Amino acid sequence: MSSSSPGKIALFGGIYANHLALEAALADMATRNITGIYCLGDLGAFGPNPDKVYPLLKDHGVKTLAGNYDDSLARDLPDCQCGYTDPRDNHFARLSYQYTYRNTSEENREWLRSLPGEIRFEFAGRRVLLCHGSPRRQNEFLWSSTTPTHFLQKLCKDYAADVIAVTHTGLKWQRELPSNKLFINTGALGRPENDGSRETWYTILGEEGGRITAEFIPVSYDSEALAIEMRAEGLPEEFSETIESGWWTTCLEILPAKERLLGRY
Amino acid sequence: MTRPENGSRQDAPLQQLESLDELWFQAGGTLCNLSCNHCFISCHPGNDNFGFMDLETIRRYLQESQALGVKEYYFTGGEPFLNRDMLQVLEETLAIGPATVLTNGTVFTPSSIKALRAISEQSLYSLELRVSIDGYSPQTNDPIRGEGTFEKALEGVRMLVEAGFLPIITMAQTWPEEENTRVFETFVTTLKETGYQRPRIKILPTLHLGMEAERSRPYSQAERISEEMMEGYDSNQLLCSRSRTVTDRGVAVCPLLIETPGAHLGDSLEDASGPFRLDQGACYTCYVHGAICSNIGGWGVE
Ligand code: SF4
Ligand code: SF4
Ligand SMILES: [Fe+2]
Repeated sequence: MSSSSPGKIALFGGIYANHLALEAALADMATRNITGIYCLGDLGAFGPNPDKVYPLLKDHGVKTLAGNYDDSLARDLPDCQCGYTDPRDNHFARLSYQYTYRNTSEENREWLRSLPGEIRFEFAGRRVLLCHGSPRRQNEFLWSSTTPTHFLQKLCKDYAADVIAVTHTGLKWQRELPSNKLFINTGALGRPENDGSRETWYTILGEEGGRITAEFIPVSYDSEALAIEMRAEGLPEEFSETIESGWWTTCLEILPAKERLLGRY
Repeated sequence: MTRPENGSRQDAPLQQLESLDELWFQAGGTLCNLSCNHCFISCHPGNDNFGFMDLETIRRYLQESQALGVKEYYFTGGEPFLNRDMLQVLEETLAIGPATVLTNGTVFTPSSIKALRAISEQSLYSLELRVSIDGYSPQTNDPIRGEGTFEKALEGVRMLVEAGFLPIITMAQTWPEEENTRVFETFVTTLKETGYQRPRIKILPTLHLGMEAERSRPYSQAERISEEMMEGYDSNQLLCSRSRTVTDRGVAVCPLLIETPGAHLGDSLEDASGPFRLDQGACYTCYVHGAICSNIGGWGVE
């Protein structure tokens, strides 16, 4: 990689066992001169047959860090540490965690044990920090409408980074910060983002005139096939409904007002 | 820095302020148009133990809070909307971060709702309105909050929903825990009938302080946190590990203990960033129920 052109980097998180969206995203990346692919964690949840995700990540050399879901599976914890507090949300979180736990092989859990909690690298001369929820807490929710700019600036300072990228909330957003810093939430590759559309999202980091840029790329995939597979696996109807309608049906009580207003439920 | 020890129980654990994530303002002081018989700081129209906070003072703390990385701002009382500066305070707060107001929902006017809508819309950040209603009917709510308060608060909720808000309704649990599901579901039905199609409801434990100590009972001496109880406990559950509360006379450890001697830690946020000894009965409620004050936390229904 020459210093004048740092190339482009792909980031995503929240696969949630959606192997069809992952496959489609990887195929899309193959057409775009991507020089590095990073996964920000949460390989399982919601979706069917979680083991299908692992060979895709390994075959494409995706550098992966651990999310709260991965950490729970790796350490045989009784729950997913998603950070929900509402009993209905927790009920569905439990169903999907128990399913995912039962259907993740010991070999894959071993692999999860090897994952780091964060990844750092230099890109176009800037210090990039990738993590799952936030640099300080794996399951911290960073929503656009509840994350002040001064808070993000403090994170950059405390964690010695110019660019911070996270996932965990399932909703993508980015904010340019003073002194050429950038914060990105990559949203989720495995679940539509509560806007009535079936697309899911990944992020491309690039460089333009000395600034790092983040572009969100929509991913279309065979969502009908995924919903059929989810039903065949006996997963809750609420989960397949989200895949088909693009609206979240569970885990809503953690949404702040602005984000909640954008959804249907 | 040395500071006087609060309380006498030296065996109670010390809690550090791990990071100042939530900044609370006692914006309404202890002044309230209502005088609920379970109010843990005994607010009523004549209780000026703590007064309204003025705009200048709030501004000063907002300013100090930014370098400390505060994530969310909360406004409570008393009734914050009795404070004439409240709309201006919210506008200035929402310019820098998300704001939540804890209100009894009975003092809204069409024009204040309209102003709130405008303030909320022009901000990048969420404005959350938390309305206290303690029963699903006048028969269950009014004996606690006062004659006519159920209808009045429900009218407040109706106006907020009409203006496009999704208020969070908080209910202090004055019934046996087994009835949570029934209370919750009955209230959801009522709220839907009044036009609130996706109600957000939080059921919170009562705090045996102030009026509530008289209504039900005070804390017993056994209801205290010990060192051993903190082992393996996620201290993030305790509001005091990530928050402080500003009043019209300095900074207290949390909104629950503003009346407790020793819970006032200093004048600036910096001064008030030291540890606090968890020797109060209310600490035990926090320990058992966790995160009761923040927007997420509390009890919903499966
Ligand atoms: S509980 Fe709230 S509404 Fe009731 S008296 Fe106290 S501050 Fe006022
Ligand atoms: S009452 Fe709760 S928030 Fe306040 S000091 Fe005690 S534990 Fe902390
Ligand atoms: Fe996560």
